[in-house]
Amino acid sequence: MDIKTVNKISALARIAISPEEEVKIKNELSSILDYIGQLNKVNTEEVEPFYQTTGIVNSTRPDKYREDFKIDGDLNKKLIDQAPDRQDNFIKVKSILSR
Amino acid sequence: MNRNYTIRDIVGGIAKKEFLPEEIFQHYLTRIGLKNEKLNAYLSTFDFQSSAFKSQTPLADVPCAIKDNILIEGTVVTAGSKILENYVSAYDATVIQKLRKSGVQFLGKTNMDEFAMGSSTENSAFGPTKNPHDHSRVPGGSSGGSATAVAADLCVFALGSDTGGSIRQPASFCGVVGLKPTYGRVSRHGLIAMSSSLDQIGSLTKNVYDAALVLNSIVGKDKFDSTTVDMPEYDFTENLNRPIKGLRVGVPKEYFSKGVSTEVRDRVEEGISKLKQMDCHVIDISMPHSEYAIAVYYIVMSSEISSNLARYDGIRYGYSSKNSENLFDVYSRSRAGGFGPEPKRRVMLGTYSLSSGYYDAYYLKAEKVKALIRKDFDDAFKNVDVIVGPTAPTTAFKIGDKSADPLSMYLSDIYTVPVNLAGLPGISIPCGRGDNSNMPVGFQIIGKPFDEETILRAAHQLEQVLNPKS
Repeated sequence: MDIKTVNKISALARIAISPEEEVKIKNELSSILDYIGQLNKVNTEEVEPFYQTTGIVNSTRPDKYREDFKIDGDLNKKLIDQAPDRQDNFIKVKSILSR
Repeated sequence: MNRNYTIRDIVGGIAKKEFLPEEIFQHYLTRIGLKNEKLNAYLSTFDFQSSAFKSQTPLADVPCAIKDNILIEGTVVTAGSKILENYVSAYDATVIQKLRKSGVQFLGKTNMDEFAMGSSTENSAFGPTKNPHDHSRVPGGSSGGSATAVAADLCVFALGSDTGGSIRQPASFCGVVGLKPTYGRVSRHGLIAMSSSLDQIGSLTKNVYDAALVLNSIVGKDKFDSTTVDMPEYDFTENLNRPIKGLRVGVPKEYFSKGVSTEVRDRVEEGISKLKQMDCHVIDISMPHSEYAIAVYYIVMSSEISSNLARYDGIRYGYSSKNSENLFDVYSRSRAGGFGPEPKRRVMLGTYSLSSGYYDAYYLKAEKVKALIRKDFDDAFKNVDVIVGPTAPTTAFKIGDKSADPLSMYLSDIYTVPVNLAGLPGISIPCGRGDNSNMPVGFQIIGKPFDEETILRAAHQLEQVLNPKS
């Protein structure tokens, strides 16, 4: 783990880090990754990944109108009211496309 | 009104008109007013809710506390983080809806490690919670507030969440009962997500009977959580006293390695002897992949965290940094300003594990070793009914002791984490105090998938022998 990688991860994770934090995080992540490296000792040839402990593979529902997903104007307001920057029923964001 | 009330005490007391629901609720609010400043168990408290109908449900008017990562509509939910400091829940979590139907009274929301990341509640953005048995020590985490609230009788029971031990380990440190159900038993709808393949909501209670009562109220398949499983309806209190004579109890040799402190080992071995005296068959077993559990956990959990915490971007809710020139900066500075050090650390670890070129070496590899960890349990359960051992390698450590080294904090989850990875039910019950620290020791009982019945039975009967007053 080097500083360049830390900066790359910081950009991917969308978390700004200061130069002091850079070094600290580099050291902490290095030590954690060292510890995690022991997984390489385990023979996992022929082993299937165990993503879902319940055995459920796909959960589907019939394609029909559901009462419990009814749009509730009240719920909408409760959700949109939390946005830090809004206008009427819209959430405002900085421009995504730049000229 | 000055006993340490269990659920049955409250229900019985109201039925016998020893106190009114409002009086017992106020009793608890008063206690919280007296003790919370020192303990910092609660982040917020509520008022008594009069209900139009009087139900005869088993939890009617029982005052309880809810970990602050479970949504209660109209109330602030913080997940222990500044990024959600003023966020108001827009709906009730499914477990809250169920508890409302059971008639409970919500006393308030309890403190926790930020986004449930931690084993001590020291990572809360709102200050640490103190262990009621010794205020210089941690209550454990991440459900430290809930465990302290139950242990200090600031509520009758509490809900917590457990991803790597966050209910069981604080229960162990605080001397209360902590139950993590099988993954898929209890809906996660309305639980602020940490690691979606591992998270489960469960209870912190004063005894095992109460854990069974609460479990009855919160289980069930939920349309809003497709990882919940449809299980037959069952009363978890029904068979608690069916004798455990002949129960096959597995003791993994790996759980008694040099990592366990002597004082913990002594109490846990006494617990195992008591099971022998109750005519259980104690059988030595081996779980060869135990040593990899923490490594697997930190990859899987941090990867899922990096995905689940992507939503905290300063756009739809939560802390949003001002004065940004562009969208990237809004994201990047909001998250930098709102997240504490531990979420940042884990999101970055997870982002790295899932990034191009590393996914196979880390996440995929971890998921394969996870399969082997589950296989260790499946193989063991061919010959035993339950698996026991210490909940944590030590008793509660001092505040500040482990906060300098993240890895040493992570290692305190060594016995609880495998249970989440394998998706099994686990319960921690108090089994005395350590000779050196004089702090509570926890005894963990792990069961087969969906076999809460057996672990509750064993826990209840062991509890009667270890703590006859409960």
